[in-house]
Amino acid sequence: MFSKGTKRKFSDGDEEISDESLVGARVASSYSLQRQSLLDMSLIKLQLCHMLVEPNLCRSVLIANTVRQIQEEMTHDGSWHMVTEAFCGPGQSPSERLVATEVLCRSREQDAEPKLFSVISYEGCREEEVVADETLCSVSVSDTVSNVCLAGRIGQCWEKSELSGVERDEEALEDSRLGSGEDEEIDTEDGASTESPKTTGQVFGTFEIKNSSPAPDSALEELFSDVDTSYYDLDTMLTGMQSAPKMGPYDILDSLAPSHSSPSIVSTPKCRSDLNELDHIMEIIVGS
Amino acid sequence: MRLNCACVVNIKDLFSGLSQSVARRSTTLPPVTIIQQTARERERLLLLGKAGMGGCWTMLCVQMPEMLLMPADIISAVEFNHSGELLATGDRGGRIVIFQQEQESKSLPQCRAEYNVYSTFQSHEPEFDYLKSLEIEEKINKIRWLPQKNAAHFLLSTNDKTIKLWKISERDKRPEGYNLKEEDGRFRHPSSLTTLRVPVFQPMDLMVEASPRRVYANAHTYHINSISVNSDNETYLSADDLRINLWHLDFTDRSFNIVDIKPVNMEELTEVITASEFHPLQCNTFVYGSSKGSVRLCDMRASALCDQHSKLFEEPEDPSTRSFFSEIISSISDVKFSHSGRYMMTRDYLTLKIWDLHMESRPVETYQVHGYLRSKLCSLYENDCIFDKFECCWRSDDSEVMTGSYNNFFRMFNRDAQQDVTLEASWENGSPGCPLKPWRVCTGSRRKRNEIGVDCLDFSRKILYTSWHPQDNVVALATVNNLYIFQEKPN
Repeated sequence: MFSKGTKRKFSDGDEEISDESLVGARVASSYSLQRQSLLDMSLIKLQLCHMLVEPNLCRSVLIANTVRQIQEEMTHDGSWHMVTEAFCGPGQSPSERLVATEVLCRSREQDAEPKLFSVISYEGCREEEVVADETLCSVSVSDTVSNVCLAGRIGQCWEKSELSGVERDEEALEDSRLGSGEDEEIDTEDGASTESPKTTGQVFGTFEIKNSSPAPDSALEELFSDVDTSYYDLDTMLTGMQSAPKMGPYDILDSLAPSHSSPSIVSTPKCRSDLNELDHIMEIIVGS
Repeated sequence: MRLNCACVVNIKDLFSGLSQSVARRSTTLPPVTIIQQTARERERLLLLGKAGMGGCWTMLCVQMPEMLLMPADIISAVEFNHSGELLATGDRGGRIVIFQQEQESKSLPQCRAEYNVYSTFQSHEPEFDYLKSLEIEEKINKIRWLPQKNAAHFLLSTNDKTIKLWKISERDKRPEGYNLKEEDGRFRHPSSLTTLRVPVFQPMDLMVEASPRRVYANAHTYHINSISVNSDNETYLSADDLRINLWHLDFTDRSFNIVDIKPVNMEELTEVITASEFHPLQCNTFVYGSSKGSVRLCDMRASALCDQHSKLFEEPEDPSTRSFFSEIISSISDVKFSHSGRYMMTRDYLTLKIWDLHMESRPVETYQVHGYLRSKLCSLYENDCIFDKFECCWRSDDSEVMTGSYNNFFRMFNRDAQQDVTLEASWENGSPGCPLKPWRVCTGSRRKRNEIGVDCLDFSRKILYTSWHPQDNVVALATVNNLYIFQEKPN
């Protein structure tokens, strides 16, 4: 279907070369357009699983393999490099990590209103945030820009991921570490090959709930320090308080104290609505 | 070859007025005339069959749905039992409906045969997995009959997570004349008794009861896609996306894992199990197909865990047709052994392949089911039709194979004569006794009668589930909510 043939054109010798190259370029660009649309379609398919019933593993595997195949081909073409450069400024992580992982991460969530993330949704996000995001699907970051675009997902990220999230996060974190060491080529290709296993891991991680194990790893704790675990505390939710995003997991005990008076985070309007949403979800989990 | 529609039964109508678990034998379907094959006719048919696809299939009856189609009525499994007398169908609502073939007179050369509802019952209920906060669908994925050992019939039915063994038995007598109980069930006072009598069995209206005898649960993390009864009649296998378990029919609390393709890291998962079946004669042999288009044959004598296959059936990919969809369309949707046990048939999205078990390198026969879809793969990927899993089945003598397609078409391939035919399961185009005409799908613009363009195909009407009578030339296939039964009669 996407055969990359060059149309032969019977024309004068003078114009032949330029015509062919023009036509060839046109065909090639339409091919890459088709390929890109196929990639987008596949990512959307992976994202939009109705989560009331467990999604079909076979279908997800086939779509993920197709995505991987496209990404590999785009990497060989070099067009993947162009894509990532278009999205990221210098010194930023490859956006394929952002694209696929973020989207695939959301494929496991129970979306009240499913959000279609276009490929270009991550301007201005820094690498640490990306890593945290893909592993935790919920990051409170210092970057306010990211705060806005990420905050919208905070409420939606936690409800289902909690059980599998911890173990999966460890895996994904380890893989992101290993991945950067594995590949010898340029960064984008690193990202391309390591991102795929990560994305599929996050897709397939949902299919098996593992017992969350305690994380002695200090790096993990550092990650978790970004997490606003006060969401799990009904008291703080009810009183509408939000703790500082940088609060560690053990600081939650402090926040429970009645003497705690100052919520130190700027709560954007988005966070409030997500809080209500999370409130609702927590009600369901805790047992209405 | 001409094929007539034998019988169309609408599931919804069957349930109006029928109780859930116990059903009287119903005569709601109008009696239908059908020409029964005699031995002489069958012989003639075989001779014709060698020359070409002779014989025509006749329609039994048609019932149209009067109400809106409910998702629960969609048929999801069709299976004849080993004698062909009973036909079981399962639907998305977790119900099983069993039809029985009735022969009013066996002595006459031309007999009537009808399929009437024999029993209906709720096999599986929707469940909720509290650990994952996900619903477990009650849709029946597969039905497999056990060979009959006594008067009762047994079948295995499965949804995504649980397999159940059902016993279907008849009751046509009941004890009467109890001493302590009145006929209506009230207890008699012992002091009122003056004589004793022995209760006797009196005939009653036939009642068909279905009762669950075993429930095999909690053995599968992923969705069960296949069950297969072993030829030893004691064990069966159940396959989900990543594992295959071996059960003994008598024990519900344990099963043995015989295949496990789950990678240590789920991130490395690229292949799943899609279908599995036991060999019809060798109780140690089974096959399983994968989403990458390969079929592995395993011998349980080799080791307890059959991760190492004994044979790998895989056809090398044709590089000229390679596309992004190559892997998806090569995914095996069904695998069936021939009755002889010598051959195996695999169905992938576009083709039907017959393999000789002795040759792993390539199939001995390949049939294009709907090759005209090759140029439409992108749209089929978009509307998810590319993930449809079609079943296939063998004729009793292994001379023909059949599978479904879109637009309510189904295809039959005669292996001996190397001929094929496309027929439509539709009540509109046929009437009882009238032979169905073959169809042709064309890409050109000219339309003759019984020709349809590729772009006019209705992809919402598809025949995924088919079953061939184990002895007669009767086929049952399911469209979305209708069950069609066709019988072949000679020209």
